[in-house]
Parts: sequence; C-alpha cells; structure tokens
Amino acid sequence: MDLSSVAVSLKLASVVTLILMLVCTPLAWWLSQTRSKFKPWISALLAMPLVLPPTVLGFYLLLLMSPQSFFGQFYQSIGLGTLPFSFTGIVIACTIHSLPFVVQPLQSGFEAIGREPLEAAATLRAGPIDRFFKVILPLAKPSLLGAAILGFCHTLGEFGVVLMIGGNIQGSTRVMSVDIYNHVEALDYASAHVLAGGLVAFSFFALLLIYGLNQRSRLLP
Amino acid sequence: MSVQIKVHQKFESFELNLDLRLAASGVSAIFGPSGCGKTTCLRVLAGLEHFKQAEVVVNGEVWQDSKRFIPCHQREIGYVFQEPRLFAHLNVQDNILFGWRRLKSSQRHSKLLNVLEMLGIESLLERDISALSGGERQRISIARALMVSPKLLLMDEPLSALDLERKQEILPYLERLHGELDIPIVYVSHSPAEVSRLADTLVVLEKGKVRAQGSLKQVLSEDESMYSFADGLSSVFEGELGSLSNDGLRYFDCDGFGFWLSQFSKNACYNPRCRVFASDVSISLIKPEHSSIINCLAVSIEKLSPGRNPAHCIVRLNLGKQQFLLAQISQRSCHSLGLYLGQTVWAQIKSVAIL
Repeated sequence: MDLSSVAVSLKLASVVTLILMLVCTPLAWWLSQTRSKFKPWISALLAMPLVLPPTVLGFYLLLLMSPQSFFGQFYQSIGLGTLPFSFTGIVIACTIHSLPFVVQPLQSGFEAIGREPLEAAATLRAGPIDRFFKVILPLAKPSLLGAAILGFCHTLGEFGVVLMIGGNIQGSTRVMSVDIYNHVEALDYASAHVLAGGLVAFSFFALLLIYGLNQRSRLLP
Repeated sequence: MSVQIKVHQKFESFELNLDLRLAASGVSAIFGPSGCGKTTCLRVLAGLEHFKQAEVVVNGEVWQDSKRFIPCHQREIGYVFQEPRLFAHLNVQDNILFGWRRLKSSQRHSKLLNVLEMLGIESLLERDISALSGGERQRISIARALMVSPKLLLMDEPLSALDLERKQEILPYLERLHGELDIPIVYVSHSPAEVSRLADTLVVLEKGKVRAQGSLKQVLSEDESMYSFADGLSSVFEGELGSLSNDGLRYFDCDGFGFWLSQFSKNACYNPRCRVFASDVSISLIKPEHSSIINCLAVSIEKLSPGRNPAHCIVRLNLGKQQFLLAQISQRSCHSLGLYLGQTVWAQIKSVAIL
C-alpha cells in the first residue's frame, strides 16, 4: 500500500501549523488589545473560511494564483514557478482556510489573561515586547498549544481546498483525505479503512489533549 | 523629593479635577469613598492611564505634560495593586525578582534578604504561588515592588481585598515600611482606620475634587474636612505604649497626657497611634470623682462649633503642645453648662481605640 499521501499530509500540516502560529499569534494579540473601529471588519473577514464552502474559497484562490493574475505573474517573475497544483500552492490555501481555527482560540486565550498581569509587569520595568514574551506567552501556553493542535488537525483533514488548488498528484499534492476518496472510488475499502481509521483515532486523541489542557489550566488559580 | 500631579478628565459619572502636591516623605494618604477618583489619580501617577490633560512632575522631573509621556515601565516607581496580581507562571522567588532582574546593576539597591525579612516571607521563597494565602500573596507583591528600589511607592488599597484577620497580619509590616524605608509612599484607601494608623499627610477626595488636604492631625481637626473623612469625628494621637499593669490596663503616653487602654494589639507597633471618637468624649465642669470612666483629662476649650446635626455641638479641646481633642456634645448641654472659650473643663473619655 502506498503511504505517500500520509507523508504529504503530515508535511503539509506541519508547515501550515508553523506558518499559522507565526502569523496568528501577533494577529490574535492585536485583535485582543485593539479598540480600532476596523476590528469587526477584520474579525468578520478572518472568520470567513469558517462558513464558506471550501470550493468557493478554492475557486477564488485558484483565480488568484493563476499565471494570468497579478499575484500569479509576480510569483512567476521572481522565479518560483506556478502555484496551482504545487505543494506551495496547497500550503498557502490551507493556511488561509485554517486561519480562524488558530486565531480564535488564541484571541480568547489572550483576552482571558486580562490587563492585570500586564500592568503589574509594566510597573516592574518590563517594556511592551518584554511583557509579551515573558508574561503573555507563558500565561497563554495552554491556548497556544490548543490553537496549534486545532490548526494541525484541521489541515490534516483538508479535502475540498486541496482538491481545488492542488489536484491529485501523488507524492506532491495527494493528501490523505484525497487518497481516501480515490480508494473508495476504486472500491478498495481496506486501504480506505487504514487511512480513515487512522485519521479518526489521531483526531480524537488530539482533541482529548486540547480538552485536557483546558481543564488543567482552569484548575490553576 | 516632591510629587506634583494635575489631572483634568471627564468621565461618564464625574469629572476628575485635581491639582495636588504630595508630601516629599512619609505616607501621603489619598482618602475618599469609592468612585471619587483616588485610584485613577494613582494610575496617572504610575503612567497606567494616559489622559490628555494631565501633568506629573516628580522630583523636578517631568513624567507627563502636554508634550511628553514617560511610559509606566520607565518610571522609577513601585506599585502595589488592590489584588496581589502575582504571575501564575512563576514561583515566589521569580515573582519577587521579576522587576529586580530588569534593573541595571547600578540601580539594584534593594537587598533581597532585607526585603524578605521586613515582610516576614523568608520561608515562602520556594513555594508555588497557588499554595499561598491571600495575606502571603499580598506581602509577596509588596516585596516585588520594593525590589525595584522605587523612588516612589504607590499603594492602591493594598488591604481592601483581605479579611480582617489578614489585614491585621499585614498592617504591622506596612507600618514597618513606613518606619524603615526612606521613600515617599502614596497610599490610597477608603478605610479611616488604615489611614489614621499609617498616614502622615492626608488628601480627602470627593467626586473628583480635593475636599481637604494637610497633615493628618490638621485635616482631622478642621471642622468641615473632618466630616468628609470617615466614619465619625475623631482625634488621632501618637505616643508610646507602656507596660502592662496588674489589672490588665496599659498606659499610652502621649507626652504630657495619656490614656489607659484595655485593648491593644499583640503585634509590636512601630509608631503606635490611638484614636478617640468625638462621640465618646463628654465634658464635666468639675473633676468627676464618682465615675467609672478612667480616662479623664483637664483641658481648655479652644473652639465651639455647630455640628452637622443641629442638635450637636463640637467642642475642640486643647491638651497643650498643639494637641487637640474633639468632643461631640448636645447643644443643650453646651448651654446648660455655660461653656465658653478658654474655660478649663474635664474631658471624660469613654473609649480609646489603639490603631
């Protein structure tokens, strides 16, 4: 049995999770602190992938990445080739699709910390960046871990967007969910069971970890 | 050292309009009911609030005016919040040293051992903060503030979140800070008992405005301001507590006069004070010899003024050496006794509270 789709999925989920954590941590922090009038607009925009069908998101991303578009031409002109049907293409698409799954738990985690420890740190000579790294991030550790797990699992189960952008290229863009679809189409239920069962078990234990973390952090004072 | 603060800010429910010059040493208390703006005033001083119309000048150094604003973390202050606000991810020692580690080595004047000893927390260093009592946490938050060697210590109702027993546990430590530290302390409180025990100077705020200001004794002996301070007219005296007599009383010696006390705290007091409510003082024209009241002083009448209640008369009694005792009697007694200024009378004091 060919397990290359498992490797592609794990690689995709890891890269996307890494990017999401780097992008969403400052974004969620800004959202938790800002009083800007643009906040509802930006929040609504960021939550769009939660409600849009993956095909709609995939369709527009495909147009955006096509070699005819401004973005596609720019990407090609700096010598990186074309995005559709490439691993980079599905990384970008999955990052956008999983964004709200990471931003929202982070934002509520930051909001729950409140301004009290920050003010205390400010009176103890800690500047804004120092406060973020030495007070906020350590206190938000359960939220950070939870958000990362959620982003990872959501990307691991990605189907529609990957199919729209990446297609079905073995070893490059064929992920587990697409592979399961192929096996079922070919009536190879045994192979489908291995992959599907694996995803079910993995997702369950990942969620168990998140809820376990939440409970532990709530027990702390 | 001088601390000047000017704030003008409108809020939904009131307008804060202050121009204060706080004492350069000792404890300056800012007193007032909740919602009068006292905490806001302290937050402006710390740089935790940034209002457009505010000015803060400390020791000639401008911390805030129309052009500049020095952020909180660059001000040489220590701040003790109402609740301890310890960092949940750090143990006791890392909490205490959080600010100290951020100082340049030339600024690290506080000695950890001294601070720990002063607050009685030597044994707590290795503990997890979730295992501490409320009183212990607040002592740690005070230690944390002291470790940054502040030039100005700001305390925002540090005892108000604690129950009576914990208050009694911490008060002696605060008194000790007052006695041993050479930095001015601004102490915000709505508790007359705390203020009369700790304060040297007092600012009374009401609805965002200064109602009275001056030394504690001065504010307490001015007619109008003393009303806005607290739970009843009173006089505060400093003195020394004598040894225990055979029948369980102790003499509180205030230089020239004094009181016999039956109740006193077991904790050693650094600067003991006692407080006498005006309603506990009665006046007699002759020395009362057949009375159960022990504390009886010969005094002269300094001032007679109407009370807030029209049936009352407030009598200011001179004890000598610029010390005054207030008595609240009825207007009727005032007339029937024929009291006049300069008259020598006997003040009978029913109860004296040691603070």
